[in-house]
Amino acid sequence: MTMRIDLTRRATLVGLSTMALSGGALAHPPKKGGTLTFLQTSEPNTLVSLTTTATPALTNSAKVTEGLLEYDYDIKPRASLATEWSISEDGKTYTFKLRPNVKFHDGKPFTSADVAYSIQLLKTVHPRGRNTFANVTEVKTPDPLTAIIELSKPAPYLIKALTAAESPIVPKHVYEGADPLTTQNNNAPIGTGPYLFKEWVRGSHVIYERNPNYWNPDLPRIDRMVCKFVVDASARSIAFENGSGDIGYRTPVALPDLDRLKKLPQLVFETDGTSYSYNVQLLQFNLDSQYFKNLKVRQAVAHAIDRAAMVKVVMYGYGTVCASPIAPGLKEFHDPTPSPYNFDLKKAEQLLDEAGFPRGANKIRFKVPMDFNPVADDGRKSAEFLRAALSRIGIQVEVRAQDLPAFAKRIYTDRDFDFTYNGHSNLFDPTVGVQRVYWSKNFKKGVPFSNGSNYNNPKVDALLEGAAIEIDPAKRRQMFIDFQKIVAEELPDVSLYSPLYLTIKNKRVHEDSMTADGVESNMAQVWLDS
Amino acid sequence: MRMGRRIAATLKRTAIHAGPTMLGIIVIDFLFLQLMPGDAADVMATEAGAATAETVAALRHQFGIDQPVLTQLLNFLGHLAHFDLGYSPRFNTSVLDLILQRLPNTLLLMVTALSFALLLGIVLGSIMAAWAGKWQDRLLSVVVLLLYSMPGFWVGLMAIVLFSVKLGWLPNDGNETIGVPLTGFAMIADRAAHLVLPALALASFFIAVYARLTRAAMLEVQRQDFMRTARAKGLHPFLIQMRHALRNALVPVTTVAGMHLGNLLGGAVVVETLFGWPGMGRLALEAVLARDFSVLLGVLLLSSLLVIVANVAIDLLHAWLDPRVEAA
Repeated sequence: MTMRIDLTRRATLVGLSTMALSGGALAHPPKKGGTLTFLQTSEPNTLVSLTTTATPALTNSAKVTEGLLEYDYDIKPRASLATEWSISEDGKTYTFKLRPNVKFHDGKPFTSADVAYSIQLLKTVHPRGRNTFANVTEVKTPDPLTAIIELSKPAPYLIKALTAAESPIVPKHVYEGADPLTTQNNNAPIGTGPYLFKEWVRGSHVIYERNPNYWNPDLPRIDRMVCKFVVDASARSIAFENGSGDIGYRTPVALPDLDRLKKLPQLVFETDGTSYSYNVQLLQFNLDSQYFKNLKVRQAVAHAIDRAAMVKVVMYGYGTVCASPIAPGLKEFHDPTPSPYNFDLKKAEQLLDEAGFPRGANKIRFKVPMDFNPVADDGRKSAEFLRAALSRIGIQVEVRAQDLPAFAKRIYTDRDFDFTYNGHSNLFDPTVGVQRVYWSKNFKKGVPFSNGSNYNNPKVDALLEGAAIEIDPAKRRQMFIDFQKIVAEELPDVSLYSPLYLTIKNKRVHEDSMTADGVESNMAQVWLDS
Repeated sequence: MRMGRRIAATLKRTAIHAGPTMLGIIVIDFLFLQLMPGDAADVMATEAGAATAETVAALRHQFGIDQPVLTQLLNFLGHLAHFDLGYSPRFNTSVLDLILQRLPNTLLLMVTALSFALLLGIVLGSIMAAWAGKWQDRLLSVVVLLLYSMPGFWVGLMAIVLFSVKLGWLPNDGNETIGVPLTGFAMIADRAAHLVLPALALASFFIAVYARLTRAAMLEVQRQDFMRTARAKGLHPFLIQMRHALRNALVPVTTVAGMHLGNLLGGAVVVETLFGWPGMGRLALEAVLARDFSVLLGVLLLSSLLVIVANVAIDLLHAWLDPRVEAA
């Protein structure tokens, strides 16, 4: 129990420092009232992110359903439903003191029984929770305000996984006896959060209203939050322009529109509150492909790509070059060493000659299709960029387009592909976000974002499995650095860049992104100029 | 009396045809949908950005797509026999509820668009026919040609740029002002303001079609003997045009309008997406992308029902417009 003092003291210090940072906001005291219009790019399937981790569900969930902790921009924990927390020396016992006098929206008290029930649910029905909480053997509840999580093995990433959106704490009395996939609570949630669910009009919007009985009597500040689903990117740009939308995140407009919007005096562009989830975009090989099973061919492809040019052309500069599977944003673990295969077309040509693919008719070495992940807007553009880059070394790429289910089936079920432009979220920790892509035991047909390359290296497996239970931060970091060196050499994929996501808001909106997960948090503090 | 018999005959014939037609549509749609790569569980798991084998299996079981295709079809038809369109695990609600939430919006948009198209098309066409070959005809022909050749979504985008962005007169998104409870006239005005642009975007192409049809039909009618007789009787030229020329010209226009109802449903997908209109077109598109076939089949079934009902209405309208038409 020695870590308790350390952690809480640090939490206090961090709390003070963020207060100092937001000094500008303190100069004008927060105003009460008003309606915030939150523009969202797609509609969620559920308003509680218990059984899914799809982004639209994560965007909304925390407004009603809170978590044990929240995190500052550096992913250091702060109090939320838990006021104190400690981790035992062996890393296998987590003790949480819960906030007293917290009530669910239906008036029932929030207790440790709800925490225990939620953790067990997360372990059985949450797509990532099945892994995050896999080592949980028991959640003890010695009294209504204490919850103790017991683990069979240490899980050093667990303390970072307790945000409202990632690990929601749901009311036991509502979920007991119900199927968590189909319960009405998914459509009309009850929680402890700062906002009460008011209505959900499918295809249009969700409305939340101020919870007058919130456990923090000073919050929330706004009267109403309207979450509007605007699926068309140009319609979102217009909404920011004419003021009918107040805020949106993960760069909610088309990148070419940004220049125009940045000239508008009423709009603010911020990058705060994007540190809970970083993406790495990559060119992923099928190691069973007749071309790419050859390391020299993969090295040639890596030599042919100018990452900096790609960020400039495809992302209009809104991204960071990244040659490693762990994003630069995860500073603790990212290996900043450049790729051993620098941008060098001559070297690439030479490697292809050595690999037995000389330039033939029309100077073409071989033809190969490339599939791109259609989820993000940059998919097609990136694939086109890569096609042009590879044509310079005699590889003729045919870009193949398909919608999301067709893509998922081709890559992960049928494995009918040679290479693919893809992206993975690193999330808050490499064990949760990165391991799945490189761990040979996660080569699972039919499971999206598993080990799609069919990469298999026992050394990498050992490092990943070791890091998953290592409680010494320095040792754990070294394991991830070693892992990145091997992957950078062996190239099951070519990591390209990490996109920079912008939150766009009207300047009348304040204190919207105060945590690592920004607007995906409960947004209790947000306030508006009248 | 004769009118009543005709209506009864039309309804009887439709009832006999409608059942097999809809069953055919359902079975063929269902089988075609099986050809699409990937399923609903793939979509849900991919959207989540993370999955385990257990999650995917649980999803597949929840959607019932772990069953053989024939069983799935029989299950669907079995539910349908009880007027139950099934349940969508993706939207976590019954398909009928989901569609009924959207149906009024789509109907409102379609009926408004079709009314705009018919009204403007017939007025423009009549003017063009009345002044055939003169400058009025030439000028309107150019306008009609423009409407005919510009895609509806582009007309919509340009209308948004002009009326929503530059002038700020009309809203560009949604079907009502959200979060502001309105009543009475304020509510109707708010709804109407949201309706104008999408309805015009959807109607633009059809205005051109009806204008040209009306013009051609009216010119043809002008040459008929009964028109000469009407003139010889000394009727007012306006009355001749309205009662004799236009009424006869309306038969081809309404026939085509009936057939366009299906096209309008298709066009609604694009316009609804552009204007954030919470209608069935967007629901259908979302269902395709999500491979949520229970929802998609429900939408297709209701759409086919809508087209059948519209055709009956057109048949009855013809019987009224032209007493010679036998509703056989």
